[in-house]
Amino acid sequence: MSDQTQILETAPDAPSRWHEFKNSHLFHSFTVDRVAQISFGIFILYILLALFAPLLAPFDPYDIAQIDIMNSEIPPSWEAEGEADFWLGTDAQGRDMWSTILYGTRVSLMIGLCAVALQATLGICIGLCAGYFGGRVDSILMRFADVQLSFSTMMVAIVVLAVFQAAFGTELYQQLAMFMLIMVIGIAEWPQYARTIRASVLAEKKKEYIDAARVIGLRSPRIMFRHILPNTLSPILVISTVQVANAIISEASLSFLGLGMPVSEPSLGSLIAGGFEYIFSGSWWITVIPGAVLISLVLVMNLLGDWLRDVLNPKLYKG
Amino acid sequence: MIAFLIKRTLQAMVVMFVISLISFSIQDNLGDPLRELVGVSVSEVEREKLRDDLGLNDPFLVQYGRFAANALHGDLGTSYFFKEPALDVILKKLPATLELVFGATLIIVVLSVPLGVYSAIKPGSLLSRLVMGLSIVGISIPVFLTAIGLIYLFSIELGWMPSYGRGETSSLLGWDSGLFTGDGLHHLILPSFTLASIMLPLFIRLIRAEMMEVLQSEYVKFAWAKGISPWRIYFVHALKNTMLPVITVGGVQIGTMVAYTILTETVFQWPGMGFLFLEAVNRVDTPLIVAYLIVVGAIFVVTNTLVDLIYGLVNPTVKLAGGK
Repeated sequence: MSDQTQILETAPDAPSRWHEFKNSHLFHSFTVDRVAQISFGIFILYILLALFAPLLAPFDPYDIAQIDIMNSEIPPSWEAEGEADFWLGTDAQGRDMWSTILYGTRVSLMIGLCAVALQATLGICIGLCAGYFGGRVDSILMRFADVQLSFSTMMVAIVVLAVFQAAFGTELYQQLAMFMLIMVIGIAEWPQYARTIRASVLAEKKKEYIDAARVIGLRSPRIMFRHILPNTLSPILVISTVQVANAIISEASLSFLGLGMPVSEPSLGSLIAGGFEYIFSGSWWITVIPGAVLISLVLVMNLLGDWLRDVLNPKLYKG
Repeated sequence: MIAFLIKRTLQAMVVMFVISLISFSIQDNLGDPLRELVGVSVSEVEREKLRDDLGLNDPFLVQYGRFAANALHGDLGTSYFFKEPALDVILKKLPATLELVFGATLIIVVLSVPLGVYSAIKPGSLLSRLVMGLSIVGISIPVFLTAIGLIYLFSIELGWMPSYGRGETSSLLGWDSGLFTGDGLHHLILPSFTLASIMLPLFIRLIRAEMMEVLQSEYVKFAWAKGISPWRIYFVHALKNTMLPVITVGGVQIGTMVAYTILTETVFQWPGMGFLFLEAVNRVDTPLIVAYLIVVGAIFVVTNTLVDLIYGLVNPTVKLAGGK
């Protein structure tokens, strides 16, 4: 018995993975789609900027010693009153906008990616169980998902964070803000994954290779994670791109309401919230520049998600 | 159908029960009612006695029972800040929020149906491509940025629209509304468009996708073969089946819109429930927070149940699944 499993597993994947990828439909459609290429390029640029923010930023916005209140509200360097030191200007506290935006992008992306990783983990496990075991497990889990989906994420997140903020007090809350944001956005959206995974598991379960795996006596977790899961990757990929975009928007909105990242450690959302008061007095750059950075980040992710959906064309769960 | 109805109602009641349980445990853990009632000079012995009198030392379930019984009578406690019953405070602000949701829904329906249908009928045309392109940009802009952008453009630069508040209101059958005064409507325009901007791209894309699928179906081809006028095929035959999934999504999105009113109301200083809720959070006004949770929870549950029932009525296949 165990010999057979051995043979099945070590079946040579003759063309190398890279070759397989190069000949794939995915890669081919990437080479012809200009929008996808540009979006992907910008996305990579964002990742690099976020990764190397400490090296690229001329100032450290978290270091109070480097902030001089006398430098506050300097317009970008191309404006008449701009200064060459601060090419995107400074915010109301005298922080260099370029450095603050780099760090803010880092915070926003990190929260977005971590929250989606949490969503995916929860959603995939629950979806696999529901689809594979069926019956009572399935109906309870999916009923639960239905109910949770009927409450919008935004609502749940606002309420949970607001209650925690009121309970902890603002000081303590601000230290925990990033963790709380990841947890809340992560937990609130798992049904998106669970429903899609479940739908693909139901389709896969009927196929012969699953019967074969059962007949040779593999245990359920192994069939679920090693045999079914790889075949549900394309819907996961499509949802993940869009979900990261949504998570970043949610984080920005929560921070804008003052329930997210504190001003001392701003994400793009809290930067915009901080600048909103000054837009009326003419300091547009504190709001507009981080706003544009945020919108283009979310936009390229959505464009990538759209492109992936068109190319992979998975059967996504319809509401 | 009856079985389906009972099942959905039961589910709604279970969900409401869970919401009330959560709300109660928030009330139980957040803030100290004694601190709100008595000053610093009251001794520890007296506090303990008061605690006993108020039933704060009772087991959790006994306290919850009392809370639920009061809640069913419409008593959700007294707001610490307003010194008025919390439910009344919330309900006074409800019309402003509902007006906002109504305005946004109107804009969404009026714009999304023709745009979605058009871009499904003529997917290659310039206008359709423009609509689809704009819709993905629209999805990518967070609602508070839309609000800031609209205020900047229409209130500060052009000076056409008021940037905050609800304007003049008039009372009609006890409903204090801004819908019947010119000033009120004027104030409603920007917030409604902001709120609509979240859902509009979603609905246009949904209607387009469904419509395109329906236009491929056999019965539409048959209608063409019969020589029915295109107008009638698109808007009578095809649109009917397009609207089925739109109703389901729409119902869920009404709930979502209530959530987004918090953001919209904050930017526009709109005196609705969401704005009130954030103020209550900042003041740790626990009864008000709890009342808001229960009212909004009820709105979510009622709309979702209604949508499911309507869906069951229009789509016969659901009835079978429910009646089994």
